Amino acid sequence: MARLLEVDNLHVTFETYAGKVHAVRGVSFTLNKGETLAIVGESGSGKSVTAQSIMRLIPSPPGKITEGRILFEGDDLVQASKKKMLRIRGSKIGVIFQDPMTSLNPTMTVGKQIMEGLIWHQKINRHEAQKRALEMLRLVGIPNPEQRFHQYPHEFSGGMRQRVMIAMALASDPKILIADEPTTALDVTIQAQILELMQEIQKETETAIILITHDLGVVAEVAQRVAVMYGGKIVETGEVEEVFYRSRHPYTWGLMASMPRLDQRRDQELEPIPGTPPDLYDPPPGCPFADRCPYAMFICHEQMPETTQVSPTHQVACWLEDPRATPVNKEVKVNIR
Amino acid sequence: MLRYVVKRILLMLLSLWVIATLTFVLMKSIPGDPFTSEKKLPEQTLKNLMAHYHLDKPLPTQYLIYMKNLANFDLGFSIKSSTRSVNEIIADGFPVSAQLGIQAILIALILGIIMGSTAALRHNRLPDYAIMVLAVIGISIPSFVLAPFLQKYIGWQWDLLPIAGWGDFTHTILPSIALAFLPLALVTRLMRSSVLDVQGQDYIRTAQAKGLPPVRVFTHHILRNAIFPIITIMGPLVAGILTGSFVIEKIFSIPGLGKRFVEDIFNRDYPVIMGVTIFYSAFLILMNFIVDLVYTWVDPRVKLGEREVE
Repeated sequence: MARLLEVDNLHVTFETYAGKVHAVRGVSFTLNKGETLAIVGESGSGKSVTAQSIMRLIPSPPGKITEGRILFEGDDLVQASKKKMLRIRGSKIGVIFQDPMTSLNPTMTVGKQIMEGLIWHQKINRHEAQKRALEMLRLVGIPNPEQRFHQYPHEFSGGMRQRVMIAMALASDPKILIADEPTTALDVTIQAQILELMQEIQKETETAIILITHDLGVVAEVAQRVAVMYGGKIVETGEVEEVFYRSRHPYTWGLMASMPRLDQRRDQELEPIPGTPPDLYDPPPGCPFADRCPYAMFICHEQMPETTQVSPTHQVACWLEDPRATPVNKEVKVNIR
Repeated sequence: MLRYVVKRILLMLLSLWVIATLTFVLMKSIPGDPFTSEKKLPEQTLKNLMAHYHLDKPLPTQYLIYMKNLANFDLGFSIKSSTRSVNEIIADGFPVSAQLGIQAILIALILGIIMGSTAALRHNRLPDYAIMVLAVIGISIPSFVLAPFLQKYIGWQWDLLPIAGWGDFTHTILPSIALAFLPLALVTRLMRSSVLDVQGQDYIRTAQAKGLPPVRVFTHHILRNAIFPIITIMGPLVAGILTGSFVIEKIFSIPGLGKRFVEDIFNRDYPVIMGVTIFYSAFLILMNFIVDLVYTWVDPRVKLGEREVE
């Protein structure tokens, strides 16, 4: 498969009054044409910052990419000029944000908001842009697009607004779509619709999707590959089956165990991961999960483990992979919706 | 919409009636009458005058007579200059005050929006600090302090503009600036915080993610959303400029309605006080109504008179 995007050793820090926050600490991953890569992790794990760095949309100051490369079509986006980024944003890489209720401009008609990017990027006239915008509205399944085109965001429901966001992000036919928790703010029934829609459109347009989420159910449903993020690092990455059924990292085990299962007895409680994520003001030198890890060894607190290649597609960063570690047998039960 | 407008107009009339009544009561409770002066008038003359202006009748009767005339848009005649009706006095003075007021509002709005936006876009950098220092000065210095300064330096020492008086456009510049100073500072500060607020909104990030250049993001996405608070304070702002004009017109000896109003309060010229108060009130109430109408035009989410649950 053709490699579309390569993120290599990305570091992002935020300068705050309390000190420097190392939000992303050496993240590397690749994205291939037409595939869906899910980045999972809890709040503050650095997944959204990683996505925003690709677009160079982290607010700066205080945010700054301090190290690493983001290779896209032969260019390093970290070094790219502002002008070049303007041409890439919205035309080659599109984004859908989490909250459709606040992500649309309340004082501009939906049609105009879709057309705006088109006119800017593709240098087409209003008439053509309008035609394309209507086509997009139809594609994302908005009924009466001709009428809806002239309406304002407040006249749309949450699910419909997210469809508009998708139409907007895909209007210029981007190579990559970054979906930053696209279904978090929606009802469960609407969530399913939106995910289905994204998959359908992906089939048609062959857009690669980076899906950022904390919902493992969503991952199982739409992604081919998963990267699990914790404490600003990717701790495990692999194909969905590998990470869900043959996961090697205690954090992934914890995530799986804390997910409700259909075959679970009613009185059986969910198993939370004890403790809290690490303080990224002063990140620990070792594995960020060591403090919460039931299998943590002395070395885990001291030194970050190397990445181990489990299979050609499956990588994990954990000291348990070291031949000197005591073998752990953990049967992971997962339920995929 | 039409129902709303009718309802609003009825409410406006009600507020006007309350204002008129209150002014009437307050005015009559000031000791003395229009004919109180050092030189005592002969008994019979005074009596005749009182009778002429219905001042010898009991208060409730006076009130009813006044209300009846008011309903016919007849504000009566000035007592001090008995040949002129209050309507004429307003017609003479108001255009002068209005010109000053409009110029001041334009200065405050245009400069304020530009300065406030500049400060926000250069947040925590030199232009921001410089503009904010100016704004704090503008809020702290009363116009009656600023006005003499302008007169002394620009009018007298550097001899650039007329010190006072009324004539051509050059006469309006200094008073307009003096009058605009406080509103300008208010608009600047409000615009700055509003732009900062809108900049942090999710939809601005969306606009940036579309790859729009910063200029377009500002003109098409930030500006329109940041301007709402400015429209909201337009009502109070107009009121502030009106009251400010009483002082400024006096300092620059401009024959506007404000100067006239202040003088007539000292003279206890009852019909003029009543008339001008009611006129100013009507004007303010109308401005507030216009602001509400403008809102529906600028913000598509605002629908007047419709109960909408979102």
